[in-house]
Amino acid sequence: MELVQKALKGNRRAIARLISLAENEEKEAVTALREMFPLTGKAHIVGITGPPGSGKSTMTDKLVKELRKRGKKVAILAVDPASPFTGGAILGDRVRMSDLNLDEGVYIRSLSTRGKLGGLSKATHYAVKILDACGFDYIFIETVGVGQSEVDIIKTADSILVVTVPGLGDDIQAIKAGILEIGDIFIVNKADRDGANRVVIELEMMLGLNAEKDEWDHPILMTVASENKGIIEVVEAVIRHKEYLDKTGLLAERRRERLETEVLELVVQNMTRYVNEKFVKDGSFQEEVDKLVRKENDPYTLVQSILADTVK
Amino acid sequence: MSEKLIRVLVAKPGLDGHDRGAKVIARALRDAGMEVIYSGLRQTPEQIVAAAVQEDVDVVAMSLLSGAHNHLFPKVAKLLAEEGADDVLVMGGGVIPDSDIPFLKENGIAEVFTPGTPTGEVVNYIKNNVR
Repeated sequence: MELVQKALKGNRRAIARLISLAENEEKEAVTALREMFPLTGKAHIVGITGPPGSGKSTMTDKLVKELRKRGKKVAILAVDPASPFTGGAILGDRVRMSDLNLDEGVYIRSLSTRGKLGGLSKATHYAVKILDACGFDYIFIETVGVGQSEVDIIKTADSILVVTVPGLGDDIQAIKAGILEIGDIFIVNKADRDGANRVVIELEMMLGLNAEKDEWDHPILMTVASENKGIIEVVEAVIRHKEYLDKTGLLAERRRERLETEVLELVVQNMTRYVNEKFVKDGSFQEEVDKLVRKENDPYTLVQSILADTVK
Repeated sequence: MSEKLIRVLVAKPGLDGHDRGAKVIARALRDAGMEVIYSGLRQTPEQIVAAAVQEDVDVVAMSLLSGAHNHLFPKVAKLLAEEGADDVLVMGGGVIPDSDIPFLKENGIAEVFTPGTPTGEVVNYIKNNVR
């Protein structure tokens, strides 16, 4: 595909187009991804999550600048929520990163969740693959909000940074569930504010309670991202985590699991689409449901026959 | 399955810091189901075009209240064309004298909206003219 060749040479417009194709689930996207898949697996994928206003975008901006100083090419996927009512979205993460706009070694793309739960847009997985194939050394994924659904990010990222700030309430309400288990590196940002030390202590305590111990030490770092304080330490921790994953074979393991999940998800998506197109659209599904209502058939037999017809 | 959504970059070129108008438009476009990327204040034409290309937007909507529109708006249109992104719909808004509008339209700005324009008009214009 011509577009793929252009993208691989670093043409940003081509990269952007490919991501749009994937986002809109157009057929060419599959062709492109097929072509690019063999080239993937080189980039280190970093997920950044945390509550709104914790400074994820500012943090990303600073981390990327530090990595650029070290000669790395970096892509950023900034995911923001879509309105559940209109499907529209305001994607504002670029505001904090506008210095990076003109850097040839940086590509920034804002993605809307387009209604998908879990904080990651459906296209994020595809976008990561496209950027990976295009030779970016690091790919940052910044996700919306916080909560258990954020666990979704683990399916795409190698290293996960959890950003929090002082003043969110007792027991670090906002990062209680889910997030603590998925974080590889914890960052207490805006650490010049009162209560930063307490947040660190609370995090240490809660991490200490994790039943499953591994060799990774789950560092807790303090930063003031807006003043560039503590940023080098975070970058060093990411690099250290990358080396840890390589050395222990965990990287290969995580990536294998991710492929499993991806294939299973795609199968489900494609089946749903197929069933929709084959039965629901032409109304034959409604006729079958009518039979169920009249007790002429049962749902389980119907499912069997739909599946038998789908998997031929 | 998912339909193509219109992507718009709402950008603030130049040096004025008044983004109330830009934010009102951003919100209206979002409510009309579009994906709006907001650039933030004081962007150079180069920054705006870089963002437009990376985000693969269908529309660049600029807001300017400083009076520099005759310089900055056409510059953005020109740089977009140089990047091969001349299919992007470029629009302008803000405090712009009627007498400047013909010049802007000759220089790559598809439409200009001045203060008092109902947001619905902008939404309809985009829906009808996006390529």
